[in-house]
Amino acid sequence: MSSVAQKRGFGATLWDWMTTVDHKKIGILYLLGGGFFFVMGGIEAMIIRIQLLKPNNDFVSAGLFNEIITMHGTTMIFLAAMPILFGFMNAIMPLQIGARDVAFPFLNSLGFWMFFFGGVFLNVSWLFGQVPDAGWTSYASLSIASEGHGIDFYAIGLQIAGGGTLMGGINFLVTIINMRAPGMTYMRMPLFTWTTFVASAMILFAFPPLTIGLFFLTFDRMFGGNFFDHTMGGNTIIWEHIFWIFGHPEVYILILPAFGIFSEIFSIFSRKRLFGYSSMVFATVLIGFLGFMVWAHHMFTVGLGPTANAIFAVATMAIAVPTGVKIFNWLLTIWGGSITVTTPMLYALGFIPSFVMGGVTGVMQGAAPLDYQLHDSYFIVAHFHYVIVGGVVLAILAAVHLWWPKMFGTMLDEKLGKVTFWFFFIGFHMTFLIQHWLGFWGMPRRVWTYMDGQGWNSANLISSVGALFMAIGVIVLVLNIIKTSVKNERVGNDPWGDGRTLEWAISSPPPFYNFAQTPLVRGLDTFWIEKQEGNASGLTPAEPVMDIHMPHGSIIPFFMTVGMFIAGFGAMFRLDYSWGLPLLIFGLLWTFIAMSLRSVKDDLGYYVKKEDILKDLKRKGGQN
Amino acid sequence: MDLNKKFTPETWPENPEKATLEAKNKFVGFWLFLGGETVLFATLFATYLALKNKGPSGFEFTTQGLFELPLVLVMTMLLLTSSLTSVYAMYHLKNYDFKKMQLWLAITALLGLGFLMLEVYEFVHYVSLGFTYDNSAFSSSFYTLVGTHGFHVAIGLVWITLLIFRNAKRGLNLYNAPKYYTFSLYWHFIDVVWVFIFTVVYLMGVIG
Repeated sequence: MSSVAQKRGFGATLWDWMTTVDHKKIGILYLLGGGFFFVMGGIEAMIIRIQLLKPNNDFVSAGLFNEIITMHGTTMIFLAAMPILFGFMNAIMPLQIGARDVAFPFLNSLGFWMFFFGGVFLNVSWLFGQVPDAGWTSYASLSIASEGHGIDFYAIGLQIAGGGTLMGGINFLVTIINMRAPGMTYMRMPLFTWTTFVASAMILFAFPPLTIGLFFLTFDRMFGGNFFDHTMGGNTIIWEHIFWIFGHPEVYILILPAFGIFSEIFSIFSRKRLFGYSSMVFATVLIGFLGFMVWAHHMFTVGLGPTANAIFAVATMAIAVPTGVKIFNWLLTIWGGSITVTTPMLYALGFIPSFVMGGVTGVMQGAAPLDYQLHDSYFIVAHFHYVIVGGVVLAILAAVHLWWPKMFGTMLDEKLGKVTFWFFFIGFHMTFLIQHWLGFWGMPRRVWTYMDGQGWNSANLISSVGALFMAIGVIVLVLNIIKTSVKNERVGNDPWGDGRTLEWAISSPPPFYNFAQTPLVRGLDTFWIEKQEGNASGLTPAEPVMDIHMPHGSIIPFFMTVGMFIAGFGAMFRLDYSWGLPLLIFGLLWTFIAMSLRSVKDDLGYYVKKEDILKDLKRKGGQN
Repeated sequence: MDLNKKFTPETWPENPEKATLEAKNKFVGFWLFLGGETVLFATLFATYLALKNKGPSGFEFTTQGLFELPLVLVMTMLLLTSSLTSVYAMYHLKNYDFKKMQLWLAITALLGLGFLMLEVYEFVHYVSLGFTYDNSAFSSSFYTLVGTHGFHVAIGLVWITLLIFRNAKRGLNLYNAPKYYTFSLYWHFIDVVWVFIFTVVYLMGVIG
């Protein structure tokens, strides 16, 4: 085994990617899969904005519109934002803590395939013409009454994808707990690693309720369950509780890694240590904790009573405190720094005002009496797009530019990157700022069309033009990626010149074993410390060069997931066709046999020989 | 890791379940997984409590009329005992006494099987009374909570059977020791969940 790339046929390359357990490759797979679904969700968004461009429009029918908004939300949250963040966590976090892989490489691969097949399952609904249409929250009474198999696709697809996410969360937690390099204490971990850690812990406790909620929905729709059917003694509010006990932590699962990404960027491009590192860590953990305490603020108008509403209102507003701590820490990191406004830094600078606006409208809705006015209006749409797009998506775009050289070994074009930023940033504010007022003026969310003469026409037009700007921004990014990949100018270890954390101390992309010698971590921003002290190799090794233990690739994760995919169709068509039940059993058996194979077959991994590592090192001139 | 490395009770590490990095990862990862499982069962419990005794108008089934404690008590005893026998097995795991460990695990599996068969009998009995899954919100939530637990028992039985047969000929090593150990963690966990089911579903059902 050598890290030197060899010419291989297409089949061999495909097999390599299907069986890979290398966290860097799985990171790239997540990025590709998430990117694909991001484009899908983006197209759906454009259709929504075209439909709402003018009053009484009939670009799409009302039913199709419901399907499109449902799929837009579901796709963007579960299949775009989360997987792309998972891609960066996979590719970067182990490097940041000086590990050679994640704790469970096999599970990592399984998690990716489950996300991907879950996403495909959900989107196959388009081919059947039976698409989920009860909104991304899929509130029970509506989703139970929805005809066709649309909601079944939602319940089963998300079940499969959610399982993958849960595995990923456990994997990252164990990696961070057990596999930090010597000297990498918890309070020396880079902020992106910290936010990955807290987000993973939140995944661990937030996803099981979703699993159960989706099972209830599945049982109610397909197996005669009565959880949400009030005529049979069920209670439709249970779905709302379970969904939001998952759903609110979910938005923090998305935003915390985004905070981590921006913390890295501010520090790198201000050439300063992150201001208030320990308070940043504390704020992250506190946000993670409070994130579980506020779910009922999505349900103020349900009628839980003034006491419950008051408690959840106060808890909600409390989250603004640690978030404010973070905002001020970022500002003070820039303060007095030696700033270079690169593309990632542009995104970071744009993020602060955008996200603060989203946060302020969040506190507004946290006030329960005001929420009665704002509920189900376009104000809500504006708010959550300000936090998700203004926070998470800006972070994802920033991270794409920041870590592209580390993941692919070549820099994205800075000029085109800035063009992307300005189109996207201006388009974003154009689309969503005006929607706050649309909400005040009474436009309800999820509405298919509207009448003329209500004063909503020009605002909707502005909003739609803004969406076009965002689309142009994304297209420029795609062109940038194509251009860069064709040019393929290789870069060194630290292409930005000011990298502070361990991932910048090794080659871009890193060898498959990451670190020839496990590094010794001597402080926060250890690579920066080494550079300041004039250490040419950038790392202090903690061990001599020796054989490295690596895991084998495996096709079993792929097969396990195929079994679930098949079982999903069986469950769905059980009542329609006689082959449904056998197919369900067949798919489950397939999965269990694949699991047993994994359990019974020894997988001890293999060793990369010391001589090969020395050869690699020599080829790179003694550099890591 | 060398599978053929022979240990003696003296050279066998004190904590074989976390003697290697892979084992440590498994150990921590499994504890975290059980944390997630706890939330999963908590959701099921909450739903059950919300829907207990709820049904369509004229619904006649209640926890008092349905549950019979003697059967459930026998099930509880079987499962609790199986937890104890799995502790014996882990004691022998740590002392590098493979045969005794396998024996105690086999007893554990048999007790678990006994529990599961009684549960199947219980469910069949309820269904014969007309208390089917689609009968009411109460029945759905009851079968889903208790059934999910039963499903966990079944998975555990398949797991331990595979482990017992797979390793019968080759004995203990540092590769399979953590596998046995995580099984015992899992088995204790399902036992604890059952204690809650026994209390919340059956005892509280019959009494209040």
